[in-house]
Amino acid sequence: MNLKTRISALLPPLLPLIVSMGLAETAVRLGWVPAYLIPAPSEVIRSLIDDRVELAVAAWTTLSSALVGLLLSFTTGTLFAIALSSWDLARRAFYPYAVFFQTVPIIAIAPLLVIWFGFGQPTVIASAAIVSVFPIIASTLLGLKSTEPALIDLFTLYSASARQMLLMLKIPFALPQIFSGLRIASGLAVVGAIVGEFIGGGGLGSVVDSARTQQRIDRVFAAVLISALLGAVLVGAVNFISALTLGSWHTSERKTS
Amino acid sequence: MNSSSYSEQGKSGAAVRCEGISRAFAGTGLVLDRLTFQIEPGEFVALLGPSGSGKSSLLRLAAGLDRADGGRMVIEAGQGTVSRGFVFQEATLIPWRNALRNITLPLELQGWEMERAKARAEEELRRVRLMEFAARYPHELSGGMKMRTSVARALITRPNLLLLDEPFAALDEPTRHALQEQLREIWAALGMTILFVTHSISEAVFLANRIIVLSPRPARILLDSSIQLSETRTAPLRTSVAYVEEVRRIATAVPLPEET
Repeated sequence: MNLKTRISALLPPLLPLIVSMGLAETAVRLGWVPAYLIPAPSEVIRSLIDDRVELAVAAWTTLSSALVGLLLSFTTGTLFAIALSSWDLARRAFYPYAVFFQTVPIIAIAPLLVIWFGFGQPTVIASAAIVSVFPIIASTLLGLKSTEPALIDLFTLYSASARQMLLMLKIPFALPQIFSGLRIASGLAVVGAIVGEFIGGGGLGSVVDSARTQQRIDRVFAAVLISALLGAVLVGAVNFISALTLGSWHTSERKTS
Repeated sequence: MNSSSYSEQGKSGAAVRCEGISRAFAGTGLVLDRLTFQIEPGEFVALLGPSGSGKSSLLRLAAGLDRADGGRMVIEAGQGTVSRGFVFQEATLIPWRNALRNITLPLELQGWEMERAKARAEEELRRVRLMEFAARYPHELSGGMKMRTSVARALITRPNLLLLDEPFAALDEPTRHALQEQLREIWAALGMTILFVTHSISEAVFLANRIIVLSPRPARILLDSSIQLSETRTAPLRTSVAYVEEVRRIATAVPLPEET
């Protein structure tokens, strides 16, 4: 891709950003909107620069909690989905609860997490894991259940064991779905971590909370901006791993020739 | 004929005895109705019939992928155990494995060491003339190459019974003809028993030494006839009078409904 096409690819998404930032700046400077409601973009940028160390430390704390939470939800969610896909009775017994569990708002159970895990990172990790586990279970289960019947016949013909069927056929076949679940989960893990931090303390969640009480709306915006970036970074990392794993064979990742 | 005479005859082919086989499915009802026939070791039999006549059901029973509701299917190998190879309607290759690793799969499932399995797979790739495509993934192969890979995979366990379910139906005519000729060569070289399902009379006549024609559902045997053609089945045969006559003989004996 040359520079010109690069610019023309970046321009459409950048244009609304530049325009809206310009509008916000003008609106605040001219006093149309009070500065305690919407900060001038220049103030947000200044906060990003001035508080860079504190923000970077907070971002790292949030990112590490989100990552550990994601790892936790990925391992438990995948194992749970494998178990549910292998035993039909287990699926009928437990899957409805997994669906129900998903509808419980995390903000409502976060105080409970503090009671169970105390203030600090364990609560934050638990929150990130709880929020991100359902999409992993749902899409892994879907993937494991959609193996091509002819390939199952093929494995049956050669008397493949249940273990061979799972490891050599069902799991690799489900990888595209597993990755799409992981993609959704990685964004949610950041959300879960920040919600956890509102109550359990630490990270960007605390920065947002304390800046809000100090009426530092510019810092709130700076922290929100960074948390959005963290989500994007995690999703990007999953996309990268997905492309590496599926690149050679799966249509969703294959380069069009 | 008892089972001991099969083992005397059987060099590398299995014998198939179908004794009053019935199979019904919920929704479609009776598909196979008390079918009885037997196939001698090393025979090349084409199973002919209209779509939905239960040919594939019969093949799945022979493969051990399904159970009959009545009667029994006995498969005996002359020497050692029965080993089946199956070629499906689609190539059914595993997309994340290259051609070579698709072919090694049956041996891997049987616990073979990778190096030995690969050596055997290369032999099969040479047999189907795909050696230079060993490293290609299925999406990089043409329809004919995929099917040849699938045939090589079915051959790797050295089956004494090879089951093929309309394997060439989706291919273009020149490719289909080339693969038919190749299959005859393979059968001549290895001598396994072949049960080949098709709804094409011309394909059945070209390939097989014996044709069993099934009626529309529920399947009964309409015709069981040997094919009176020379053993060498190559391209010139297709335009020979003898071949055209055989096709006509079968076609007039069993008016198969038009395929859509």
